[in-house]
Amino acid sequence: MSSSQRPIWMGKPRLVTRIAKGIALFIVVMLVIFPFWTIVATSIATPEEVVANGGWVVIPETISFAAYTDILRGGVITNALTVSAGITLVGTATSLVATIFLAYALARPNVVGGRPILLLVLFTFLFPPAMIPSFLVVKETGLFDSYAALILPVLINVFNLVVMRGFFQGVPGELIEAARLDGAGDFRILTRIILPLSKAVVAVIGLFYAVSYWNSFFNAIIYLDDTTKWPIQAVLRQYVSQGAALADTSEATMVNSPQSVKMAVVVLATVPIILVYPFIQRFFTKGVLTGAIKS
Amino acid sequence: MVATPTREPEAPTSTSDDPAAKLEAPKTPLRRRLRRDWVLLALMLPGVGYFLVFHYGALFGNVIAFKDYVPFIGVWDSPWVGIDNFTSLMNNSQFWHAAWNTVSIAGLQLIFYFPAPLALALLLHSLAGDTIRRFVQSVVYLPHFISWVIVVALFQQVLGDVGVLNGVLADNGLSTIDIIGNPDAYRPLVIAQIIWKECGWGTIIFLAALTNVNEQLYEAAAIDGANAWRRFWHVTLPAIRPVVILLLILRLGDILTVGFEQFFLQRNAVGPGAGEVLDTFVFYTGIGSGNFGTATAAGLMKGAIGLVLVYSANKIAHRLGEQGVYKSR
Repeated sequence: MSSSQRPIWMGKPRLVTRIAKGIALFIVVMLVIFPFWTIVATSIATPEEVVANGGWVVIPETISFAAYTDILRGGVITNALTVSAGITLVGTATSLVATIFLAYALARPNVVGGRPILLLVLFTFLFPPAMIPSFLVVKETGLFDSYAALILPVLINVFNLVVMRGFFQGVPGELIEAARLDGAGDFRILTRIILPLSKAVVAVIGLFYAVSYWNSFFNAIIYLDDTTKWPIQAVLRQYVSQGAALADTSEATMVNSPQSVKMAVVVLATVPIILVYPFIQRFFTKGVLTGAIKS
Repeated sequence: MVATPTREPEAPTSTSDDPAAKLEAPKTPLRRRLRRDWVLLALMLPGVGYFLVFHYGALFGNVIAFKDYVPFIGVWDSPWVGIDNFTSLMNNSQFWHAAWNTVSIAGLQLIFYFPAPLALALLLHSLAGDTIRRFVQSVVYLPHFISWVIVVALFQQVLGDVGVLNGVLADNGLSTIDIIGNPDAYRPLVIAQIIWKECGWGTIIFLAALTNVNEQLYEAAAIDGANAWRRFWHVTLPAIRPVVILLLILRLGDILTVGFEQFFLQRNAVGPGAGEVLDTFVFYTGIGSGNFGTATAAGLMKGAIGLVLVYSANKIAHRLGEQGVYKSR
């Protein structure tokens, strides 16, 4: 709290106020960080310590990665992590391309049918697809029990589309005119003019898509009958939230404390988010706000 | 969504200049415009196809609320049953129970969860130093990006019967608290979870509103002798009131939705008595037990009531002289 940034009229807050604020912020930060801390600590503690302490550890005495080597040796968790990574990569790429294409075409003025198509898209804000009819669409289109069922039904997020279209509209029309006079077609204008100027918005929307693909579990549960195809979040739900025994879901021999293995799975399912988080964070306030203003 | 003044030049053969072309645009033959725009139309295809199949197809799929849907026969050939699904829904006590759970949880969310981001935003905004504020913001935004599966797992690890809280209580000879899986503790638990996950993210919009308040207003108030509390009451609060009301309207319109995944994950741990909400009712009735017609009817009713609620909440906001979500012209 450097007083240099404080306007003169504001006056210096009393010491009591400052201490109270400090304590409040400390509590808020601890409430967020502590649960993460304890799952990491439990996952890297030795099995004996976890068992002796009744299932949780805050500061591990000895660090052991036995739980991780156990579940990454192959088997259900390894498989589920691979599936999640694959869905996230393919899904993000597909969604991003579809969103960019549609946003670009809708951002250009006077395209044949542009207006009705825009209305068609915006109308879906009012009536998001309901669960049962979506399920029937997936059944009737034959996507059931295929990985495509985890991607195609959530291909484009309307909010992301509107944000991206708004950003593309901000590209100066003169640039597009100039490129056109130089003989560039609509596709070249997209790849050579629009996209290089929109790296930030493409990055942040790509990250939003990636996070949502990585985190989704419900579509896997209803659309994939074959549980060996399940991504990590769906598998995690099975024995974190339903208490299914780990031995059933992992082929690895369970010499470990089930609790530290469970926490290791939670950590592995969280790590990719924590890794991309700094990148999203740099952009999202801007992205969210432009979106909010536009819509 | 404002039409931009620049427009595309016509095909090379056209001689019209910019403003004239705008006027003449509708007269350009459709075939020529199609030839001009075919690349853009092709780029639209995947996206438009997606919306037609998965949004409008699903919208159309709601017809099974009026049918006796039999999976092998398909949506088309299943027999019409009029409003039978709705009448059976009205006589279904589980449906009313789920509706009651939903509304009461939404009410609790409104009382405890809705003001939380506002309070946190005011606290963050009152910090003069940027470094601390940025750090706290980075920390509190994070849970928004964590999946519900993991959030539920984290809460179990901290509050569960073999969790940290009960471990500490037991070590100190105190009696343990049964929180996870206890129907009586379910409502406070789900409120605590949503505050933990979304409170930080919710501050963004309030912080933006707070930053937009004109500094001169504070300065003038201070010169007129207003202390910090009066500046807050007479400058800050009126300035952010439109945003608060806007969000409140959106929330009221969504009062029948409390969030699906969170409740789906924990419904079985506490049983349907405490854990069933409208969205989980739709899932367990439809996909769970195969009563697709009844489940769709429930979803449709929820959607229709939601639309009416948004519309009325917006009307009320206009009455109160606020801007509301949209302006009726």
